[in-house]
Amino acid sequence: MTEHVEATQPKERAPRDAIPPAIVIAFIVVAIVVICAFFGGSIAPDSPFTQRLEIGDTPPSAEFPAGTDLLGRDVLSRVIHGAWTALIGPVVVAAGAFAIATVLGLLSGYLGGVVDSGIMRWVDFMLALPGPLVAIVVVGVVGGGYWTAVAVLIILFTAPDTRIVRSAVLEQRPRPYIDAARALGVSKTRILFVHILPNVLPIILAYVVLDFAFALVNLAGLSFLGLGVEPGTPDWGRMLFENRTILFTNPVALLLPAAMVILTAVSMNLIGDWLFARFTRQ
Amino acid sequence: MMRSGMARLILMRLAIAVPLLLIISFGVFSLVHLAPGDPVRALLGTRPSDPETLATLRARYHLDDPFIVQYGKWLGQVLQGDLGRSINGNRLVLSSIKERAGVTIYLCLISTVIVLVAGILLGMLAAFRRGGRLDRFVVMFGVFGISSPAFVTGIFLLYVFGVVLGWFPTFGAGRGFLDRFWHLTLPSLALALSIMAIVVKITRASMIEVMDRDYVAFARARGMSAARITFAYILRNALIPVVTAGGLIVIGFLANAIYVEVTFALPGLGSLIVDAVQRRDIPLIQGTTLVFALFVVIINLVVDIIYTMIDPRIRFGKVAS
Repeated sequence: MTEHVEATQPKERAPRDAIPPAIVIAFIVVAIVVICAFFGGSIAPDSPFTQRLEIGDTPPSAEFPAGTDLLGRDVLSRVIHGAWTALIGPVVVAAGAFAIATVLGLLSGYLGGVVDSGIMRWVDFMLALPGPLVAIVVVGVVGGGYWTAVAVLIILFTAPDTRIVRSAVLEQRPRPYIDAARALGVSKTRILFVHILPNVLPIILAYVVLDFAFALVNLAGLSFLGLGVEPGTPDWGRMLFENRTILFTNPVALLLPAAMVILTAVSMNLIGDWLFARFTRQ
Repeated sequence: MMRSGMARLILMRLAIAVPLLLIISFGVFSLVHLAPGDPVRALLGTRPSDPETLATLRARYHLDDPFIVQYGKWLGQVLQGDLGRSINGNRLVLSSIKERAGVTIYLCLISTVIVLVAGILLGMLAAFRRGGRLDRFVVMFGVFGISSPAFVTGIFLLYVFGVVLGWFPTFGAGRGFLDRFWHLTLPSLALALSIMAIVVKITRASMIEVMDRDYVAFARARGMSAARITFAYILRNALIPVVTAGGLIVIGFLANAIYVEVTFALPGLGSLIVDAVQRRDIPLIQGTTLVFALFVVIINLVVDIIYTMIDPRIRFGKVAS
């Protein structure tokens, strides 16, 4: 079916490596967020912490393009600086969860037997838990804010990720090159990490990007409940929490960070889906 | 044979659900000790720490017993419906929960109807018009829906329909059936949107797959009506993956309900949990979390049973697991 569709498309109009316009836009959005995260200090028109209690919350004006919040802080500068916590936490969550999941998935998929059933029972249990509720309760009770949230999300994300890596490994295991390596007397560790890992890496990469989007949404959510970042930190989720009361006086203070959460998450999801389609087609 | 197969399946699901609940209850109990500092301090909250209160707390939570014994005694109390008293306000946790559950259940029910009706309909239409404008719109909607958490969608809905247009109230749950419906329209929409995206995506994908099956082509060749083919042959089979994802959807509902209730300032179970967490009210956190987890496990069990009833392959024991 797929081959048929591809064959009928004129080659010069759809070259194999053409990047769809939506993906180009997604990459641009992510690039802007990354630039804001690293160079926020030089881009932002104002410090995100300067308070002007005498003016309080004001709608957008020439001086403050996105208005000010309750404490008179410049909303635009806070949104630009907020790119940092929107980037760093999700990167750590996605990378951490997949680092653990890759090891567990490789062991579970390749070794089978007791190791496999042990790891998979744990995965089943984790998946039966209402993850977001666990995150709220544990972060709330243990305390520690942002980085506790990152740690809890790594543990929660490891379970579904392990299942993904495992099924990718199971797909590789019956292939001739594994038999060949085994016949040559290559050690199990070497087969796992030198032969199988490079072949499952592309799929893992696609899911890392999808995990990033999911982690971003979850961390923003915890900050929105007042549990993530420290009070006062410029963070998109925290801005939604702190500015809830000024929806009528300066709605931009809520709508701008909200739009940034959606735009970044949508972009990462589009990129992840696109990578996944590319890698599985080969 | 069929009845015994069903009974065995339900027993097997129960054999998973009960240990799961036990593990969850153990986790919930451990929260007292997970809190930083001395458990008594955590349970004391902001109350004055006179020796008498401390002694009462130690006795109430059996803090002088070994850990496992503490858990056993606590579990015994919970099973008798005694969830203790909240630190703030010293109210019975169970009555707080009873008071708040109504809004959450109402909210989730309206959302479920929206998700099932609109989600399946959109998924079907997109599959029939594959590659068309509607299909592309639905796919894009799916990406946005999955990426947008309910609290973000909620803020946009609040702004557009509550502030700019002024059609709906911006907070509170309302009194009476109709007023409550009016108050809960935006929240249930916000809740439905993020979950609808999953349902649309799965329905669309599985409809497309089922439509290409031989038995559909054969039914067409026999000259059956389009409606009968669509509903009796395609939809029924295409919905099996949707039911399989039921667990995911249920967890999504309850978890997002927490965020929606906070966004729209609704007095439900979700906002009760968040209040409790923000105030570190351990007994209240334990009680609400347990009830939430119980909801999730029970609904999952029901979904599993419905699933076995829909899919004849499982009902007749043809599929091993």
